[in-house]
Amino acid sequence: MRETEPKRVECVAAALSRSQIGITSGYDCSLLNNVQSDSSPPETIDKITSLPLGNGGRNPQLYRSFGSLATKVERNPSFSSLNSDDLSYFKGVLGEKNVVQDEDRLETANIDWMHKYKGFSKLLLLPRNTEEVSKILEYCNSRRLAVVPQGGNTGLVGGSVPVFDEVIINVGSMNKIIAFDKVSGILVCEAGCILENLISYLDNQGFVMPLDLGAKGSCQIGGNVSTNAGGLRFVRYGSLHGNVLGLEAVLANGDVLDMLGTLRKDNTGYDLKHLFIGSEGSLGIVTKVSILTPPKLSSVNIAFLACEDYLSCQKLLSEAKRKLGEILSAFEFLDSHAMDLVLNHLEGVRNPLSSAVHNFYLLIETTGSDESYDKEKLEAFLLHSMESGLISDGVLAQDINQASSFWRIREGVPEALMRAGPVYKYDLSLPVEKMYSLVEEMRARLGQSANVVGYGHLGDGNLHLNVSAPRYDDTILAQIEPYVYEWTSKHRGSISAEHGLGLMKANEIFYSKSHGTVQLMASIKKLLDPNGILNPYKVLPRSLLSYS
Amino acid sequence: MSVPPLTILSISEGSSLILLLPSQSAGHIDPGESTAKKTPTMKILVAIKRVVDYAVKIRVKSDKSGVETLNVKMSMNPFCEIALEEALRIKQSGLASEVVAVSMGPSQCVDTLRTGLAMGADRGIHVESTASLYPLTVAKLLKALVDVEKPGVIILGKQAIDDDCNQTGQMVAGLLGWPQGTFASKEARLSRLKKLRIVNFRQISWLALEVYALDVGVLLDTEKQVATVEREVDDGLETLCLDLPAVITTDLRLNQPRYATLPNIMKAKSKVIKKYTPQELNVEVKSDIEIVEVTEPPKRKAGVIVSSVDELIDKLRNEAHVI
Ligand SMILES: Cc1cc2nc3c(=O)[nH]c(=O)nc-3n(C[C@H](O)[C@H](O)[C@H](O)COP(=O)(O)OP(=O)(O)OC[C@H]3O[C@@H](n4cnc5c(N)ncnc54)[C@H](O)[C@@H]3O)c2cc1C
Repeated sequence: MRETEPKRVECVAAALSRSQIGITSGYDCSLLNNVQSDSSPPETIDKITSLPLGNGGRNPQLYRSFGSLATKVERNPSFSSLNSDDLSYFKGVLGEKNVVQDEDRLETANIDWMHKYKGFSKLLLLPRNTEEVSKILEYCNSRRLAVVPQGGNTGLVGGSVPVFDEVIINVGSMNKIIAFDKVSGILVCEAGCILENLISYLDNQGFVMPLDLGAKGSCQIGGNVSTNAGGLRFVRYGSLHGNVLGLEAVLANGDVLDMLGTLRKDNTGYDLKHLFIGSEGSLGIVTKVSILTPPKLSSVNIAFLACEDYLSCQKLLSEAKRKLGEILSAFEFLDSHAMDLVLNHLEGVRNPLSSAVHNFYLLIETTGSDESYDKEKLEAFLLHSMESGLISDGVLAQDINQASSFWRIREGVPEALMRAGPVYKYDLSLPVEKMYSLVEEMRARLGQSANVVGYGHLGDGNLHLNVSAPRYDDTILAQIEPYVYEWTSKHRGSISAEHGLGLMKANEIFYSKSHGTVQLMASIKKLLDPNGILNPYKVLPRSLLSYS
Repeated sequence: MSVPPLTILSISEGSSLILLLPSQSAGHIDPGESTAKKTPTMKILVAIKRVVDYAVKIRVKSDKSGVETLNVKMSMNPFCEIALEEALRIKQSGLASEVVAVSMGPSQCVDTLRTGLAMGADRGIHVESTASLYPLTVAKLLKALVDVEKPGVIILGKQAIDDDCNQTGQMVAGLLGWPQGTFASKEARLSRLKKLRIVNFRQISWLALEVYALDVGVLLDTEKQVATVEREVDDGLETLCLDLPAVITTDLRLNQPRYATLPNIMKAKSKVIKKYTPQELNVEVKSDIEIVEVTEPPKRKAGVIVSSVDELIDKLRNEAHVI
């Protein structure tokens, strides 16, 4: 229904042109001194200034910066490298076709959505069922071959692509709906189902997915669960920790953990499924999911509004929670910088509000069961807010097409940013009243050197702070980090509201979690994955994970 | 305006074709200029229909009696939105005094009228009927309303997306004996100008000039009591010049309808919606059509990927029987 994200093809095209720009403008010759032998992956990943796209990854002397200046990632020497026996084994289990060595396909799988992280994997495996996942993991574990589970590869923290030569495992072929109970609304499906397909399947059944996000056309439910994705309906339906009723996961040693319950209440022992929700593929590969879906309500109303200052946005939020409480289903915001990007970089998008420039834009959605009651309620709320000066202008969608065009603006922000060039992304949970001060401070800090953009899920206190820069540049990065993390920590926020830690923030976890907590996480990781083959270098600080 | 002003240079290619070329000398014409001194008095009547929302997947009722509308999102027919937008633009340019929106059907049509009022229509008329209304009945009802309202122009969508009849505008023009300009569109660009066919020659030079100078689809000249309409036809665009009063139906490319803004929604609350029944308008609601059965179109078979040219040829020959 809504067109929300660029097609794959476009991403690659953009990447190529960007890499060309990168190579001509930001090429740093000194890096060439670190050149490794030509086709083997690098042993150390360091900062670089350009992305080696378009050459099939055969030029590993050019690697990506990983966000934080000080960190170098070294390939874990205990991991082995692929040999021909490995390939024959995988072909035996999965069949030729599902053992992918094709350079073009690998290139896509090695590069993340932002074109910021690039790995050097030589192998992509496409298992078709849990048993195959189990066999390949058992084998990789015994051979100490590191793996990276990959879903739709839309993750924004460098978690879904290999760092070195990890084997990529994608369960995209496991895309069947196993069962749907129309009475309880419980959906059981395989982890490779694309979110948008589930959304439309459920729509036909008269239900909705409790999760919706801009990447829905590509991301997989397994990836959503593994990142504990939040998204646009969080304010209404809450976290996947609440909506996922059960799951099946395969551990590093190939053991299949059946936790695929479909019960809403089940207090027998530790609820281990939660370990796999949000652990970003570091504890196991999710293969099946059961999820509670609410019935679809027929009346949906969407308003697109303008506010002149952040305080008004905040006040409107608390008013909306009070006055639209039971029907409020989304409360999203973007600032004028984000709006400009969308209008300039996305085709066919127009500003629904008359040309005057506003400082903030809000999208409020209500979902209920009574069209005229809901509409009346929302209208009354908005008119009152307009009279009291909280909103300076606004429009109310009169049909689904208009509603989609409002959503397109909000959902299009990440895409517009990507088209604008290199971007540093921060996904922060902050107390709502403090949230925008950080954007303003960053704007002052960075001055003319970069475009600081703020948008996100205001209703959940989730700010997406994005810095759009002419190029990936250490001086800019040094202005942002660790400042952003320190600021967030000082205000008792979280440095990852919904995207996870991945590679980008693995070492920054202490800004949001205590030492004791992180230690326990490391112990759990060691218990479930003693060889550390699952998504190495990510999620937890590398200093804590020493391998024999 | 991006389109340069024009003058008529020559008439060519048969009697009904006029070739227009850009002129360096002629200035822009302000649509308000000629009428600014006088307050406009013309009324525009716009018909707006409540239909299943364009984006909703249509489902046929299980008893095959029609399309499921229960718990389905209903919205204003997109072509009607365009009709209303055009009327509002005409009014804004100072050529009309009032835009009256009419909707016919069950009580919920009032919601559609409210949308129309929030877009900017001045008044609403609801002809309430729970029976199915077919184009001829709607046309008769519109004719009856014309007798009450005496509009100078009626604008309708060229068709409604539910039944796709594309009849009401033509029928009402026929019943009233008014000229009609159907499928009004704005696609005209200079490159297309060679294809202008002018039906009414009387005021043609100035009107054609105005159309292009202003880049507007439907143009009224209230002084001369004519409307100029560009319409889409199979072989391009045609410009019609109609004596007023006239009926105009709108095509998709005519304009981009506006959104309902909060201030306008607020204003709409105090606007009047007058209710009529078909009886009050002396129109008998009856149908000359009997619906026997409504079914879904046959499902398209899934495509297959062929692995060789030979296989493709074999399939084309033996399965599709096309070669
Ligand atoms: C345009 C856009 C908008 C977005 N909007 C939001 C948003 O609103 N809210 C939000 O929370 N996120 C958002 N995201 C990021 C979000 O994290 C991902 O879109 C999504 O949840 C990841 O799913 P994926 O299938 O693409 O996983 P990937 O990106 O492929 O992987 C993400 C992580 O999960 C792991 N993983 C993937 N599949 C499995 C599996 N089967 N088993 C175990 N581990 C696995 C990977 O190893 C990786 O660590 C957005 C991204 C984009 C590009």
